[in-house]
Amino acid sequence: MAANAFENAAPPGAITHPPSLNEYLTDRGFRFLAVCGASLIILLVAYILWKIGGQALPAIYNYHLGFLTSTNWNVSEQKFGILPETWGTLYSSLLALLIGGFFGLTVAIFLTQDFLPPKIALVFRTIIDMLAAIPSVVFGLWGIFVVIPAIRPIANWLNDTVGWIPFFSTSLSGPGLMPAALVLAIMILPTVAAISQDALHLVPYRTKEAAYGMGTTRWEAILKVMVPTAAGGIASAMVLGFGRALGETMALAMLIGNSNQISLSLFAPAQTLASLLASHFPEAGQIEVQALMYAALVLLAITLVVNMMGTAILSITQRRLSGRS
Amino acid sequence: MSEQAAIEPFSDPESAPDLRRSWSERRALRSVILTAGAWVMAVIASVPLFSVLYMLIVQGGSRLSLDLLTELPPAGFELGGGFGNAIAGTLVMVAIAAVISIPIGILAATYLAELNPDSRLAATSRFLAKVLTGFPSILAGVFVYAIIVLAMGTYSALAGGVSLAVLMLPTVVLTAEEAMKTVPRRMKDAALGMGCTRTQMIWKIVLPTALPGILTGVILGVARVAGESAPLLFTALFSNYWLTSLREPTASLSILIYNFSSMPFDNQIELAWAASLVLVLIVLVFNICSRVLGRSRI
Repeated sequence: MAANAFENAAPPGAITHPPSLNEYLTDRGFRFLAVCGASLIILLVAYILWKIGGQALPAIYNYHLGFLTSTNWNVSEQKFGILPETWGTLYSSLLALLIGGFFGLTVAIFLTQDFLPPKIALVFRTIIDMLAAIPSVVFGLWGIFVVIPAIRPIANWLNDTVGWIPFFSTSLSGPGLMPAALVLAIMILPTVAAISQDALHLVPYRTKEAAYGMGTTRWEAILKVMVPTAAGGIASAMVLGFGRALGETMALAMLIGNSNQISLSLFAPAQTLASLLASHFPEAGQIEVQALMYAALVLLAITLVVNMMGTAILSITQRRLSGRS
Repeated sequence: MSEQAAIEPFSDPESAPDLRRSWSERRALRSVILTAGAWVMAVIASVPLFSVLYMLIVQGGSRLSLDLLTELPPAGFELGGGFGNAIAGTLVMVAIAAVISIPIGILAATYLAELNPDSRLAATSRFLAKVLTGFPSILAGVFVYAIIVLAMGTYSALAGGVSLAVLMLPTVVLTAEEAMKTVPRRMKDAALGMGCTRTQMIWKIVLPTALPGILTGVILGVARVAGESAPLLFTALFSNYWLTSLREPTASLSILIYNFSSMPFDNQIELAWAASLVLVLIVLVFNICSRVLGRSRI
């Protein structure tokens, strides 16, 4: 056996010795367990897909693709469709990405491009990171009692004065898309900021020095050299932030109003796939559970694709940048 | 153009060109405006955290007392009450999640970092772990509902713990892998040169050296799942009573906040704020621990 090939390699009395059979077997056993551990992650993802897909199968069989384009969610008539939820999910996530992405990128630039002394930048970075630690329900509670009252006057004023613009065509009576999207933006800001900061850190400092040497101003160097160089990482930050927004549940379930309708208005209540699951699942009967599983499968497919894209862009750009510098 | 004038040779320091940009130059002005804009936006971005903390301390702090930790949630019009059972439920489910995900996560991480980092299995596994970090938490609930709740026929703390474990696993794997990669090559080579098997090298050299980093990841994972509520909605559900068995519906702080936030009673709203404060304190303590550990490593 391979373990005993070096049985007599060490002189007698040496402090080193070749592995005994026991140690050899332990080694094999442990390696096997480690392989199991690594495979388990792959199996887990496959099992999740298979299980949710399997549970959704009856609903897929009953409603086909019409499920995706129907606007009904009627338990008593057993008619189900998720077009309003898909719309709400994409609309709220895009809005959140627009706001959170913009702020996140600005914060990342602010923290990496020598605007602050390193120690203060670290404190600031910690503050932004701490945002990620606040649980979703707490953001929901905060949204109900702080964000909604704060933006209601503005929303209603906008509706009164420029209500002919479709985005402002309803008043904000309580929960609605805008407060949900705002809170969602706050929740994805740390993700976007953290990944963008890493991307900007990866750009070699001499690139910026070269730009300064050419006589650029600080912001010309940032916007025309640093950001384009880190574009891949920043793009993946946006995609991963978007993915996070798509799957976010509790804060949305508490703030978006859970209303099954499609509206362009920012102040109308809406519904997302995740909040649909959260609000209907606990009391659902068997048929509705199948339909909800179908909805879960759609959400799973969307988020998996988005996250895979983001992760792939990130690893490709990281490999390229770190290979070059 | 002013730049061209600056290139002309000069003999004495008096006539040296002034390299400082004048504020009247449009490019310089734009730079100043953008800098001011960045300051404003960075300040705005930090407002939500302080607003959340302020509300928690003012609204939640006013109700904070020892009764909260020992009493059960009140019904409709009742006054007083607490959420001792929810704290216990949260801790128990997080513990179940940790017991499941930490061993598996560290085993997987040793494979990814030490045993075969470049294999196709490792690459796939690593990629999927990264994808799983962005996995919507509610889908972990749906998944566990399908495999455990349906099989057991009841909501339970066990199911809640497993759904949290699904969410915790990728964090543990990825941070433990990073930590093990920072162990210097020469230490591992020395161990192997002494005749250690790979397993002995991992147990005696890599794991002890990387321990602070691994702990950081584990604590970060715990902090992440302690605040989760979406996966518990239909795995652990909620209960108004103390936990007596792992096979029955269990209360948790996050679900209590969710349930109470939509109630029309002031008492429940106050309790929701107090529970939020306790939950955020738990999560922040874990977070700060992981930061302190992570810093001492460097």
